[in-house]
Amino acid sequence: MNRLARYFQNHARAFFSSLGRLLTTPFTTIITVLVLAITIAIAASFYLLVKNTAQLSAGLEASNQMSVFLKQSVSDQAARRLAQQLEQRSTIAEVKFISREAALTEFKLHSGFGDALNALDQNPLPAVIQVLPAARLGEEQALESLADDIQSMAQVDFVQLDMQWVKRLHSMLELAGRAVAILNTLLAFAVIFITGNTIRLELQNRREEVLIAKLVGATHAFIQRPFVYTGLWLGMAAGFVAWLVVTGVALSLQTPVTNISRLYNNQFNILGFSFTEALAIIAGTATLGAIGALMVLYHQLQQIKPQ
Amino acid sequence: MITFDQVSKHYPQGDALSNVSFHLDKGEMAFLTGHSGAGKSTLLKLIAMMEICTRGQVLLDGQNLNRIKDRQIPYIRRNMGLIFQDYKLLMDRTVFDNVAFPLVVSGYDFDQISRRVRAALHKVGLLGHEKKYPLALSGGEQQRVGIARAVVNKPKLILADEPTGNLDPELSAEVMHLFEQFQQSGTTVLIASHDLSLISQMGYRIITLNQGSLITEGKQ
Repeated sequence: MNRLARYFQNHARAFFSSLGRLLTTPFTTIITVLVLAITIAIAASFYLLVKNTAQLSAGLEASNQMSVFLKQSVSDQAARRLAQQLEQRSTIAEVKFISREAALTEFKLHSGFGDALNALDQNPLPAVIQVLPAARLGEEQALESLADDIQSMAQVDFVQLDMQWVKRLHSMLELAGRAVAILNTLLAFAVIFITGNTIRLELQNRREEVLIAKLVGATHAFIQRPFVYTGLWLGMAAGFVAWLVVTGVALSLQTPVTNISRLYNNQFNILGFSFTEALAIIAGTATLGAIGALMVLYHQLQQIKPQ
Repeated sequence: MITFDQVSKHYPQGDALSNVSFHLDKGEMAFLTGHSGAGKSTLLKLIAMMEICTRGQVLLDGQNLNRIKDRQIPYIRRNMGLIFQDYKLLMDRTVFDNVAFPLVVSGYDFDQISRRVRAALHKVGLLGHEKKYPLALSGGEQQRVGIARAVVNKPKLILADEPTGNLDPELSAEVMHLFEQFQQSGTTVLIASHDLSLISQMGYRIITLNQGSLITEGKQ
């Protein structure tokens, strides 16, 4: 038999014998897989959370618009005059005036808090002038000086640059994304160590077998192979279970999320894992399992010496 | 086959072997004897590369074992059959799987394994017991499984450490007779045993150790 065929035969043997061995101790195997699956499920849900938030904010393009909120004391006529004045300016391309009444109607329609607002005896919302500056998005200085200028007017409560809060949102999402990446790295290490420890115990249980294997001329590669596959199987099973759990959770959240998004007049569906992502989770955790096994085996196998 | 050249083995607890020299020819059979603690096991361990000598050198088939790298050890062990007093069988595997183990480790395919295992079991008189587990066998039968495992790879050298230590005289004689047969088919055999009455009547060379030193050599 040539070397290549022998190599594959050895691997196939270890691949199936390690699976068979895991199935002979179903209780231990299930517990280990569940512990790993929970760890992976946490990581996977964080990933899904970031993915969905990114989807939610994807429609929010940064724009050069600014919203000018007027003081409560300013009457609608005065506000309208102010809007017309602003429109005359060369630095402003367009204005849109939203009266206090209009703001209230819009708010009642979209927020779902209409009934709460009815309980108030006066309209709490200020009038707003939406200003589309002549300066483009990139010209931040021009935009900011215009905002400062408007801010200094007596009738103005405050000026909100759209650009600013979209920027803030994006930087917050970036921060969240990075935090999740760090957390998931830690969880990946947890998977490696949990598998490593399981393999270490398994190695102790099979110490006698390892000793005899060494005495009859087994190489390290031969001895460690079934253990590495054990790590691989555990990771694979745990990845699959984690995928099932997180997908189940996402599906169970689908209906309430649809309800909320309808209230906000928004089309938002929870994104689950794509086929590629599911495969990546399972293959990734399988790899982590194998790494955990290898890490432990490298040291432990040296220690087991026939006496 | 085996040459010991002024070999000493020192443990923290004291010297296990001091200044031992002898030579064993290819195809020769010899007994290694002495009271317990005389260094019989240490001597076998040096040949099986389970230990490395502190001074001197051990040559196996012309190779200096002091210079063997760890990763070469498995390939050298495939040419020797090791037999132990406590048999060292895998209790959760059948007789067939136990005997097949060295062949699986060396990467033989299933047809060859099956053929060789049956041949080895035939030699030790256990053909037909392939599917039994070691615990279903008597001590003598378990040791014969151990012997079948040691010879299934057709090794050039058989090392046995007190192979009859747990067996009654009749079974011991049977086991020794098996070793004689392997020697007759060209295998070098070295057996550590303190059963002087048994080994002295067999007429092979006897190497005697006392407190780590070689005291007599020759037939008794």
